[in-house]
Amino acid sequence: MSSMMKEPKGVKLENISKIYKDPKTGKDFYAVNNVSLDIAPGSFITLLGPSGCGKTTTLRMIAGFESPDAGEIYLGGEAINQLPPNKRDTAMVFQSYALFPHYNVFDNVAYGLKLRKVPKDEIHERVTKILELVELSGMESRMTNQLSGGQQQRVALARALVVEPGVLLFDEPLSNLDAKLRVQMRTEIRRIQQKLGITAIYVTHDQSEAMSISDQIILMKSGVIAQMGTPMDIYYHPNSEFVADFIGECNFIKGTVSANTADATEVQIGDSKVTVMSDKDAVIGEEAEIVLRPEAITLADTGMLPCTVELSCFMGSYQNYHVRVGDTLVKIADNCPVNKKIFNVGDKAFISFDKFCAHIL
Amino acid sequence: MRGRQSASLDRKKFFADPIMVITIAVLFIFLTLFILYPLCMLLADSVYVRDTQLFSVADYVPGSTPVFYDQNHQAAAKDGDAIFARLTDPSGKLEDHYAPLYASTGMFARQAQLKDADKPLYLKVVNAQDKTVYVALDKLNTPEKVSALFKQNNRVIKKMDGIEPAEVCVRVNHNTWTLDAFPRIFSDYTFNNALRNTLILGALTGFFSLIIGLLFAYVDVYVHIHGKVTKKLFDVVSMLPVVSPPFVLSLSMILLFGRAGLVTRQLLGIYDSDVYGMWGIVIVQTLTFFPVVYLMLKGLLKNIDPSMEEAARDMGASRMKVFTTVTLPLLLPGLGNAFLVTFIESVADFANPMIIGGSYDTLATTIYLRITGGTYDVNGASAMAVVLLALTLFLFMIQKYVLEKKTAATLSGKASRVRMLIEDKSVRYPLAGFCVLVSAFVVLMYIAIPFGALFKLWGRDYSLSTKWFVQMFNEGGWKAFKDSFILSAIASPVTALLSMIISYLVVKRKFRGKGFIEFVSMLAMAVPGTVLGVGFIRGFAGGVLRTGFMQEIYGTGLILIIVFVVRSLPVGTRSGISALRQIDKSIEESAYDMGAGSGKVFTSVTLPLIKDSFFSGLVTTFVRSITAISAVILLVTPRYLLITCRINEYAEKGEFGVACAYATVLIAITYAAILLMNTVLKHFGTSRKLKPTDAE
Repeated sequence: MSSMMKEPKGVKLENISKIYKDPKTGKDFYAVNNVSLDIAPGSFITLLGPSGCGKTTTLRMIAGFESPDAGEIYLGGEAINQLPPNKRDTAMVFQSYALFPHYNVFDNVAYGLKLRKVPKDEIHERVTKILELVELSGMESRMTNQLSGGQQQRVALARALVVEPGVLLFDEPLSNLDAKLRVQMRTEIRRIQQKLGITAIYVTHDQSEAMSISDQIILMKSGVIAQMGTPMDIYYHPNSEFVADFIGECNFIKGTVSANTADATEVQIGDSKVTVMSDKDAVIGEEAEIVLRPEAITLADTGMLPCTVELSCFMGSYQNYHVRVGDTLVKIADNCPVNKKIFNVGDKAFISFDKFCAHIL
Repeated sequence: MRGRQSASLDRKKFFADPIMVITIAVLFIFLTLFILYPLCMLLADSVYVRDTQLFSVADYVPGSTPVFYDQNHQAAAKDGDAIFARLTDPSGKLEDHYAPLYASTGMFARQAQLKDADKPLYLKVVNAQDKTVYVALDKLNTPEKVSALFKQNNRVIKKMDGIEPAEVCVRVNHNTWTLDAFPRIFSDYTFNNALRNTLILGALTGFFSLIIGLLFAYVDVYVHIHGKVTKKLFDVVSMLPVVSPPFVLSLSMILLFGRAGLVTRQLLGIYDSDVYGMWGIVIVQTLTFFPVVYLMLKGLLKNIDPSMEEAARDMGASRMKVFTTVTLPLLLPGLGNAFLVTFIESVADFANPMIIGGSYDTLATTIYLRITGGTYDVNGASAMAVVLLALTLFLFMIQKYVLEKKTAATLSGKASRVRMLIEDKSVRYPLAGFCVLVSAFVVLMYIAIPFGALFKLWGRDYSLSTKWFVQMFNEGGWKAFKDSFILSAIASPVTALLSMIISYLVVKRKFRGKGFIEFVSMLAMAVPGTVLGVGFIRGFAGGVLRTGFMQEIYGTGLILIIVFVVRSLPVGTRSGISALRQIDKSIEESAYDMGAGSGKVFTSVTLPLIKDSFFSGLVTTFVRSITAISAVILLVTPRYLLITCRINEYAEKGEFGVACAYATVLIAITYAAILLMNTVLKHFGTSRKLKPTDAE
């Protein structure tokens, strides 16, 4: 199958900006502000961020529905700013699926091929193959309103895939599905993308979706890129409070940098000292904030920092604690509590963590 | 400015799509030429007087050297000065006019200079055949072929006239910008009377239509109606304004209640019954327009959440109290909206006042008479049309931009659950009874029409005969049906397609000038047919801008088709827009993204999705066109016979039998068209599948 596909194309954004007028105040504001990206052919990248961060605008600029106010977009090395959407080698999967309600499944999928004047036999062959890939064989003659949400999603995906676009664009494609189906579909999308080796740009505001599906995550905030990296990078080493907070729950503990070597950085918190990942920008004597994921912390009778338990709650797969370290409230998700000591509210205890799971901002 | 880049990119993408560019350009030209331009000409005509005046050549005594003037209107002094003759208005009212003199240089005339004074000099004048000719100055006193020269009484000089030079006049075009027409018509009794009549009529019709329409809507939505017949009756009444030719009720009003009326004379024995005049029109217009109010208010009442009223009832309010304190205030903007819509319809109505108005003239009929009557006061008629247009436009603006928004703001939600219908007999019987009575009355009036055509002599001899039908077919009946049918059948697909394209562009696309297209196509809704008719006469009788360009279409079937299209465009566009608003924008974006250009997107996605709207636009336009009269009656020429104009003609002559015969066939045609539409929509309609939750 993958041999049938064309070479995937890379996408490059060079200092892209998009200005909108605020309908209330009449003032201009940057929906996208000087964003530069270089997406390797065949990779799966996700534009992640809260609503209004500019991720959808960026995607629509790549598709050609919006025009950038500054900068240039390249698709496979070719500048495409001036091309209208129908002349660009992109295919988009829409949030609402945007299936044609007056066509059946087959005709929906065949639409793009017919426009490209592909011979009838070949259309039939390609549509059949792609429907097989998305596991919709036998549904060719169904009307789209006779399909479930997940099936409609697959048709939309098949319709975009069948034209073998240089890049596949997803605009929050799973937000209309229920939670369970969403998990199933994202695995499916990832599987198909890997199998075809196609370049994919995916927009979502759901961080777990972004983490599970992408090679690279681009986290956006107010029109600028907040952080770019692999899911693991972004999760464990967020570069700002915003990123840390947006991707899962996070604790921030304030302290003072007391030592800094190539291996580790030492931070003084109250009377105790802890070591975290080395940060070459850390200056001894300056204030620093340690970033710690709840599941990276363990609670025990001995450890690195003393604390008082304020909440202890059994959640099934983990024990949820809120503990007070100095003035700071720290959330802890302690896995497999059944084999460990359970602390109660009011208990004095110590928290500890691996230095590779903690770094300073 | 950084903002410019997206604008220029958008422009480039836009121009990469030739179909779209051409379509928009064609639309711009069509809308400008056939809606905006005629109205502008009307405006211009009301302030620009085109006139010709007779001037005599001053300071000229034949045989002696005349006084020549230079271009500054001083006596010419230098040899090189171009010379002019001074023309004076014999009546002394108008300013002097200086006409250039020409000298002959063999074949061509050139402007003369003072040194040419002893050569033969010529005046350039327009002769009685509207040709420009040169007339020798020294021939002024010789009775030759100088048909451009007039005696002071505006009579072309004849050979036998003994010419006194002082009496000889030259015709001079005398065009002026003046607002004179407005004070003139405002001091004109006929106009003032017509304006007052129109306003009173609009207010009365609006008021009564509102009351009856509200009652119908209330009964329909709030009261439990038993019996299928009553429900069917309501349906019939709500369909009538679409199906009915505009003057049918006037005809049957005369047949039933006129001097020889079946009810008045035969049943009641009244011999001097007079239905002509204001109350006749008010009754007929109310019966014609109240179904519009009924449908509008029905939609709004259905949106009121029943729990609100139940809460009021629960706190102890009586039904009446609930109606006056909850329902009515919520409905108020909607009522205002409905009132204005009827008001505009009444003001613009031409056919009913024409047939049943008698001496009660409205603006629409007065304008018609000014144009077609002996006076042919174009300036005055244009000024009146401008006043009528200003009136309807003003009301339309209030209706569209103030009341419609308010209505939407208060009543846009959906009722949360089904309303408990009123079973109480003390409410049900009087209200439903009244509505049934009105409906039955309307139906009776429609039934009177075929009988009017079948009875031998209405008022005298009620035996059945086909003589009126025979007379109809003998006097050009077939031609009238053929012409009306063919012209309407051409206009309807054009309109349906055009309105779908306009709605697509307005709802789905972004481009400069979109506001213009939307506004102008909706503007046609506020323009009364009579005004449009006068505008077309003024705009095209002499060609576009009087240049003769496109003059050929004047008096042809094409101009009638164009008028049909323009008149139905707003209706089709409105339905297209509301249909398209329900379609997710991304469906078309997705087709666009797959590689379809806008032409392909429109034909492969948009049009199939709104084909119901397209098809109903097709039929609506056909019905509206074949029953149209107000604009076309001003433009139709003997080459085409239109059913509606024939009915008007026969009704004016008092030959109601033939008029009824025409009207009967016309109703049959329109009813068949509507029936066809409903059948087709039932079997091939897509709407139900597309939006199963939407009841409308």
